[in-house]
Amino acid sequence: MTLLSVENLTVAFPGRRGTVNAIEDVSLSIEPGEILGMVGESGAGKSMTGAAIIGLIEPPGHIAKGRIVLEGERIDTKSPEQMRRIRGRRIGAIFQDPLTSLNPVLTVGDQLIETIQTHLKLPRAEARERAIDWLRRVGIPAPEARIDTYPHQYSGGMRQRVVIALALCAEPRLVIADEPTTALDVSVQAQIIALLRRLARETGVAVVLVTHDMGVIAETADRVAVMYAGRIVEVGAVADVLNAPNHPYTEGLMASIPRIGPRPEILPQIEGAMPRPHARPPGCAFAPRCPNRMDVCSEQRPELEGSAAAAVACHLKAEVPA
Amino acid sequence: MLGFLIRRIIQSIFVMLAVALIAFMMFRFMGDPVNSMVSENATTEERDEVRERLGLDQPIWVQYGRYVARAAQGDFGLSWRNARPVSTLLAERFPATAELVLVAAGLSLLIGIPLGIFTALRPHSFLAQSLQFLSLIGISLPTFVTGILLILVFSVWLGWLPSFGRGEVVDIGWWSTGFLTLSGLKALILPSVMLCLFQLTLIMRLVRSEMMEVLRTDYIKFARARGLTNRSIHFRHALKNTLIPVITIFGLQLGGLIAFAIITETVFQWPGMGALFIQAVSFGDVPVMASYLVLVSLIFVIINTSVDLLYAVLDPRLRVDGARASH
Ligand SMILES: Nc1ncnc2c1ncn2[C@@H]1O[C@H](COP(=O)(O)OP(=O)(O)OP(=O)(O)O)[C@@H](O)[C@H]1O
Ligand SMILES: [Mg+2]
Repeated sequence: MTLLSVENLTVAFPGRRGTVNAIEDVSLSIEPGEILGMVGESGAGKSMTGAAIIGLIEPPGHIAKGRIVLEGERIDTKSPEQMRRIRGRRIGAIFQDPLTSLNPVLTVGDQLIETIQTHLKLPRAEARERAIDWLRRVGIPAPEARIDTYPHQYSGGMRQRVVIALALCAEPRLVIADEPTTALDVSVQAQIIALLRRLARETGVAVVLVTHDMGVIAETADRVAVMYAGRIVEVGAVADVLNAPNHPYTEGLMASIPRIGPRPEILPQIEGAMPRPHARPPGCAFAPRCPNRMDVCSEQRPELEGSAAAAVACHLKAEVPA
Repeated sequence: MLGFLIRRIIQSIFVMLAVALIAFMMFRFMGDPVNSMVSENATTEERDEVRERLGLDQPIWVQYGRYVARAAQGDFGLSWRNARPVSTLLAERFPATAELVLVAAGLSLLIGIPLGIFTALRPHSFLAQSLQFLSLIGISLPTFVTGILLILVFSVWLGWLPSFGRGEVVDIGWWSTGFLTLSGLKALILPSVMLCLFQLTLIMRLVRSEMMEVLRTDYIKFARARGLTNRSIHFRHALKNTLIPVITIFGLQLGGLIAFAIITETVFQWPGMGALFIQAVSFGDVPVMASYLVLVSLIFVIINTSVDLLYAVLDPRLRVDGARASH
């Protein structure tokens, strides 16, 4: 059974200049144990999609349309208390900055034990055993001693390991990792990604991995979803999307990645900027920047067509089936 | 931690020596005290005798040294007004002020913190908005005006509470307490309300803004993303981070309460140290004024040091740094 499916999800923010949709008509699905990469430039709506899935959209934002189904059960209509029980227990989350994600006045152990005890009704001693075990699994040396220390006594990379332990300690089936390495030293980034990959394999947890790093996507993800201006424009197996992108935006994105081998003199860049949510054009949001623009592109919005294994939202592809 | 404590104590000693110097200088600026103590037609011998009895015939530095040495033993000399030991006068008045300040400080915390938490968690509720508005009034109204209004409403119009004095007090050793009699408790209400009002609104507003700030932090968002209960997020994760800065401000304000007590004691004719000080000022009774200054400074120093220590206990980041520094 599909672990999570998001169907035609729109998140709206009412504001003074009218309502803006942070994300529009987003559909995606993820299978158990799968790693789904998510890319797109800043403001595309990656974090907002994650926030909607865990039910933590900041008011006045709200889900205006669509559904979120977790293991066959619709969760976007659940009460705040029911969603609270799902967060941590069935869907975990990892955020960008490990330096600020941990409470400075509580020990690492306190934070782990509380999370475990909130979701799994275990006596404290047993929860503590599990907490130590989790610290060991994420690669903290001497976890029996480190468990009673405070976050500021850990380095950035070690703190992100603790964050990962916290996200996984109540054994969720899905974890949303929103740029888990962006705030870390380059030397530490690879270790954290390797750790995530290893834990995903060991525990069978599915991961939505948001990142700007195509290299990470290439090595880690099974499939990748490309977002642009609040919508998913392309989805597919990593090898397909990276080697034979279907959407002109994805093409531009791939062309702008430096590759190993003979270097081109300049990296091509996509001209222009992504439109802000309140200024999206009526047709395809990428049309103003698109090298292959057609008349229909600025009039009619292309729908995401295809299967979960390969889909694209582009008039070009609809007209000329590959 | 121990190193920190020793450093603070040494600092405090220097602060107190400086304060003692200022207090001592007051004696020099008030003219010849002997004039105000003897009758106008006293003979020179009579004047000299008084001068000698009060130790005013010695060189200045000897006088300062003796002043410090005596003050350290709790001997502040004799009042120029009624020739009683100043330490006795202060000891008589200290319990009244201490009880007043204690009750006012307790009220401001007991009411201010919950109100601050409430207004932070429900910022858009009608009650929270009204409280915010009222606190603005509370912070801008001069305290003596609130005191007089309180007297007008609760003493003059309603006649529920006394407008002056401490009521009946019970002596326990040298300490006289108003806590044990009904009239003593009733007499405490209006002055302590007046005294705490400013502090209370300050604490409420401070807790509110700190708490709202903390609730926006990443670690609170991450705590929510882990499905922790609201109760734990608000009262365990957020409150502790909120109260750390609040404690410092409260400690500093506690000293302010003792200073403000002068006004309250005057409005309510409260027989505390503040009233004693005002009396001393009007009589030019320098030993009492100077000793009040020294005593209040000592209380300030003790409070500030305790606040720093408490801060280090509450904030693990400081605790470890302190430990490192002491190695
Ligand atoms: N509180 C809010 N009110 C209104 N609009 C918002 C709010 N939060 C986010 N948005 C909008 O939602 C859109 C998506 O933002 P989101 O944070 O999901 O982008 P992102 O893809 O995660 O970008 P980044 O790579 O910078 O993290 C943005 O256009 C942003 O302006
Ligand atoms: Mg983001």
